[in-house]
Amino acid sequence: MMQRLLSGDYPRSRALTALLLIIGVSLALGPFLFPGVRAFSMLGMICVFIIVVASYDLMLGYTHIVSFAHTMFFGIGAYGVAMASDAFGSGYGALFIGIGGAMLLTILLSLLLGLLSLRVKAIFFALVTLAVAFAFLSLVTQLYNLTGGEDGLAMRVPRELGPAFRPFDEPWVGFDVVGFITGLFSAPAGAFQNALFDVRISGKHLMYYVAFVSAVLVFLFLLRMVNSPFGRVLQAIRENEFRAQALGYRTVFYRTAVVIVSALLATLAGVLFALINRYVNPENTLNFELMVFILLMCVIGGMGTLYGAVVGTAVFLLAQNYLQDLLKLLAGFTEPGSLLEHLVGPDRWLLWFGLLFVLSVYFFPTGIVGQLRLWAARRRQRRAGDSPLAEQGDQHHAS
Amino acid sequence: MSAHDEILEPRPQGAIARFRAFREKQPHLFLLVLMMLVAFFMMDPRTWVVLTISGLAMGAMVFLMASGMTLTFGLMNVLNLAHGAFISLGAFAGATVLVHWLNASAGESSLLANLAAVVPALGFALAVAGVVGLLFERLVIRPVYGDHLKQILVTVGGSIILMEMIHVIWGPNEIPVPRPDALTGAFLVPESWPVIGGVALEKYRLIAVILGLAVYGMMTWVIEHTRTGILIRAGVEDQEMVEVHGYRIRLLFLGVFVAGSALAGLGGAMWAMYREIITAHMGDELMISVIVVIILGGLGSIKGCFYGAVLVGLINLYVGYLEPRLAAVATVGLMVGVLMWRPQGLIPVIKV
Repeated sequence: MMQRLLSGDYPRSRALTALLLIIGVSLALGPFLFPGVRAFSMLGMICVFIIVVASYDLMLGYTHIVSFAHTMFFGIGAYGVAMASDAFGSGYGALFIGIGGAMLLTILLSLLLGLLSLRVKAIFFALVTLAVAFAFLSLVTQLYNLTGGEDGLAMRVPRELGPAFRPFDEPWVGFDVVGFITGLFSAPAGAFQNALFDVRISGKHLMYYVAFVSAVLVFLFLLRMVNSPFGRVLQAIRENEFRAQALGYRTVFYRTAVVIVSALLATLAGVLFALINRYVNPENTLNFELMVFILLMCVIGGMGTLYGAVVGTAVFLLAQNYLQDLLKLLAGFTEPGSLLEHLVGPDRWLLWFGLLFVLSVYFFPTGIVGQLRLWAARRRQRRAGDSPLAEQGDQHHAS
Repeated sequence: MSAHDEILEPRPQGAIARFRAFREKQPHLFLLVLMMLVAFFMMDPRTWVVLTISGLAMGAMVFLMASGMTLTFGLMNVLNLAHGAFISLGAFAGATVLVHWLNASAGESSLLANLAAVVPALGFALAVAGVVGLLFERLVIRPVYGDHLKQILVTVGGSIILMEMIHVIWGPNEIPVPRPDALTGAFLVPESWPVIGGVALEKYRLIAVILGLAVYGMMTWVIEHTRTGILIRAGVEDQEMVEVHGYRIRLLFLGVFVAGSALAGLGGAMWAMYREIITAHMGDELMISVIVVIILGGLGSIKGCFYGAVLVGLINLYVGYLEPRLAAVATVGLMVGVLMWRPQGLIPVIKV
């Protein structure tokens, strides 16, 4: 079953498997393992951005199409449902009108972008998408009677998915993992008791699980897609487009199809984002900085591996939320007012992340996942390359 | 609209043919004339003159910023997305001179004293951006020559680092940069002049136009008439051949990259005085215009870059006057339209 579910594309590294399991379990049981509003909203964002980054990886990693318009499609999804709820109220009908409208617009725009990319050189595509995305951002900011301009829109979600909906009177029990581990060091006796906390199930949790299930389904779908003949052609285009063409594949069709699929998934993620966040503005959906973040997540996790999207998203969002705390701690040790303090101040987390990013492009171009797989493959090779005696010894050990 | 004018000529066949030839051979001039004519009929002449001058001024500043990027691409095949950060860097360096170091001289109202502050400010912006460009080429770009994907990635990363360093050094807030007295205000066109009498032309914009034209002229001269220029053109045509002849093309690359970054810094400093307020993210916003310009003109062409910048400046001002909300959309629409018409840009050759 695992074979079918993962489409035969296993993590191929024990460390990676462990990492993925940790992320998977944390997300699946998230609201019951990490107390607090901040952790909860971060978990939701991880689910949403796994979809965004995985679909971006389909373009960047598998086909080497660099697009800077991914946030545009994300924004179309988010604004689509937000504007629909603004106009038609909070029912499911409005929601589906919004989703339908956003999807249509996305198909239209991505088709145009895909077709435009045929007319220009590959490197142009990055620049053209950057300019188009900027024009879209400026349009959304300017048409304030429709979109709320800079202020954005508050999203009215269906009652079952909002905080007011309480399906259960009794609170459920959660288990604070981080609290438990720190508790083991400070007060081992009552650590287990202290780590228990109440979880009041509300529509927000329901919405979280909608996002989580969507993320899992999209991930498995993409895994299926890249390991299908279609995905093989994409990789062939990545390695040598001319040759793929010579073999008789219509690369034009494949490239356009990839752009559209990836854009549609980004739109879906945008819809989920609007529903979870319940507030949409240009800064949290369309900003160029967000686009750069998506790029960072994709590259740090590992381009050309969908597992990389999961790992990259988790690592990046953790850093975004908690690296600042760490830096604040560090800044406490420096002289106040000195240049050093400015360098390690909590607002400068992006500086360190940017540095890390550039270094990782040089030294670990395949990202976290690629590196873990490389190490695992080397170990396997070493083992296979050893003398048969040693291998026998290994078997001996195993028995 | 110019098509109608041509049809009225006595020999329609020949005129249309000539018009077609003009459109195909001089697409940049065709587009420029078309845009100016369309705008001319949509507003009154005085507004049109003011907007055209302002558009040219904006075009001149954008040209300063974009010329470096287009040359780096044409010569080295490097797509430097951190170019915007150099624009910001130049703006902040120039502002430091104006606001902190020579503020006494910048605050006076005589032209000479003002120039004694503005020229060092521009020079400092040029120098800072150039030096940082040197380091940037060595540390960030050199390892990724020939790999576009990695170039995009590391220059995006490098741009983050540079912008954050600006935050570290100058603080996160926006900085007001008052323009020196002698450069504010406007010339009044004498009332007696026909049509445009009484129009006020802002001094600073005229200065920007002059500076832009000067840099354009100088670059064209260097590339067409000096030994370095010949080497640059040869390098664009065929890198290996230049190396075979014993020239150190890496050094040439480095020189062009530094010059390009320095020009971006100069453009940034000019922009700072034009807008009179700067933020670290101003480079990102200007980057869009820069990208549109280099795509419009054709990657790697100086002439195309110049005309592209003028077109972008003009359309920004014209549309900004008619419907302010659509200025950015019109700019990008212009780019998409030109790409549909001529996928390689207006003046596609990488030669100048």
